[in-house]
Amino acid sequence: MRSRFSWFNATSITLGFAFLYIPILLLVIYSFNESKLVTVWGGWSTKWYASLLQNTALKEAAWVTIRVAFLSATVATVLGTLAAITLVRMGRFPGRTLFSGMIFAPLVMPEVITGLSLLLLFVALNIDRGFWTITLAHITFTMCYAAVVVQARLQDFDKSVEEAAMDLGATPVNTFFQVTLPIIAPSVISAWLLSFTLSLDDLVVASFTTGPGATTLPMKIYSQVRLGVTPEINAISTILIGIVTVGVLAAAYFTKRRTEREERERRIAFGATD
Amino acid sequence: MGNPNSANLRRWYVIAAPYFWLLLFFLVPFFIVFKLSLSDSAIAIPPYTPTFNWSDGITGFLSKLDFENYKFIFSDPLYVNAYLSSLKIATVATFLTLLVAYPIAYGMARAPKAWQPTLMMLVILPFWTSFLIRIYAWIGILKKEGLLNLFLMNWGIVNEPLSILNTTTAVYIGIVYSYLPFMILPLYASLEKISPTLLEAAEDLGSRPWKAFWQVTFPLSLPGVLAGCLLVFIPAVGEFVIPDLLGGSETLMIGRTLWNEFFNNRDWPLSSAVAVVLLLVLIVPIVFFQRQQQLEREAGR
Repeated sequence: MRSRFSWFNATSITLGFAFLYIPILLLVIYSFNESKLVTVWGGWSTKWYASLLQNTALKEAAWVTIRVAFLSATVATVLGTLAAITLVRMGRFPGRTLFSGMIFAPLVMPEVITGLSLLLLFVALNIDRGFWTITLAHITFTMCYAAVVVQARLQDFDKSVEEAAMDLGATPVNTFFQVTLPIIAPSVISAWLLSFTLSLDDLVVASFTTGPGATTLPMKIYSQVRLGVTPEINAISTILIGIVTVGVLAAAYFTKRRTEREERERRIAFGATD
Repeated sequence: MGNPNSANLRRWYVIAAPYFWLLLFFLVPFFIVFKLSLSDSAIAIPPYTPTFNWSDGITGFLSKLDFENYKFIFSDPLYVNAYLSSLKIATVATFLTLLVAYPIAYGMARAPKAWQPTLMMLVILPFWTSFLIRIYAWIGILKKEGLLNLFLMNWGIVNEPLSILNTTTAVYIGIVYSYLPFMILPLYASLEKISPTLLEAAEDLGSRPWKAFWQVTFPLSLPGVLAGCLLVFIPAVGEFVIPDLLGGSETLMIGRTLWNEFFNNRDWPLSSAVAVVLLLVLIVPIVFFQRQQQLEREAGR
């Protein structure tokens, strides 16, 4: 589309981004509010962060959440990458339609259905619910997001590079680790980050699949929000927003630097001068 | 290159892991939900009596089959109304999201090429921050003594605080806000692909900008409109968190009903039946969405 950037376009982008960011910004500002009341500004203070440090229940929930997210993101990325390779490179096989259906359905499936159905599976299999069942549930729905992210990247890279490696005598496994994986690496990293945040964020599926032993941070936040707004929630939200922002910006920076380096190497390889 | 048999075997190794994972953790659970929806609730652990024993065989199962839970759902206006009201809220919210997202996606597609990756990033960034927290932020804005009312009263726009929190309006705001990136991204992807020469041609042929938009740009962006609408509509129908935190008692949504039936009444068979009916309601848009994605992929190749 041509770049004819009118006032209308500039205004709609500005208003749109204001809508997206103002609530988050207000939350961050009010996390430094001295007053307990959300709407009364009592001056700057970090006391809610300090009281957060005292809150062992919240810290415990955060630790469970991080462990679940780390484990499920890692497994989900491996399974999701395999699923993406299956969809893009494996051609026809029996049950392909069912397979691609199962990859896409969880992306839109209402969380209450996913949560309920997994819970009933765990009950039917007689598995004790807690940390591991939440992790299994999170792997299942996040691997589908991971598959979609990796698939997009696999689709638009040139298959001839892989064929060249095979012609030069590389085994399929070698080709995958030395050619394919480095090329799709940025998308694998973003798949992991996406799975990690989705797991970190999930309330509904975790509530259904957990047992008495494991409470995640969203479950804790949810119950506190329902009881009434506490400024501690603003503080913990701000910390989470900070972590995610730094993570995403770092990922974006490394991806950018990587593409720049690849571009430079390509130019050198082809002997272009500029 | 190894013999064809070992290559074939390797191929199956790659396919098998995700395939069997999804069969076990995605497909099998649905059959269990369906099976449980046909059983009776009981005060026990787990709180239901199974209607199916392997020893009975299929005829034994069929003779004991009863659709009591389904009959109950369809005879009680609470459930029927919850389904209808969820569909209505999701439809209106999807339309509102489209209205808000389209100008933003259009502006992004027309922005200088160098800005576009940054703009994309800015759309995605809120999506990475917790959904629950973003909904929670709106409570502080929308409540009676909240920031929006504070702002409106200070500027003399309203004299009395508006009650928005705990109404369906708040649910609409919540859905539009949290699903906005899901709408913007497919819209932007299809708007960005439209060749500028088409619009130039329309203008050369004497079309005014507004007419060119409706006759050229909008029809070409329809795949994005459709994908975005489905991505918002399907999960919105079963939404639980938004109506629970922002909506009031008058906001009836089926996801919330299922949650309450499960966690408060502990009626597992009935909540399974509610889930099965919800799935049946959504199966058409879900299949439609998948076909749409497949067509997109094939066109992209």
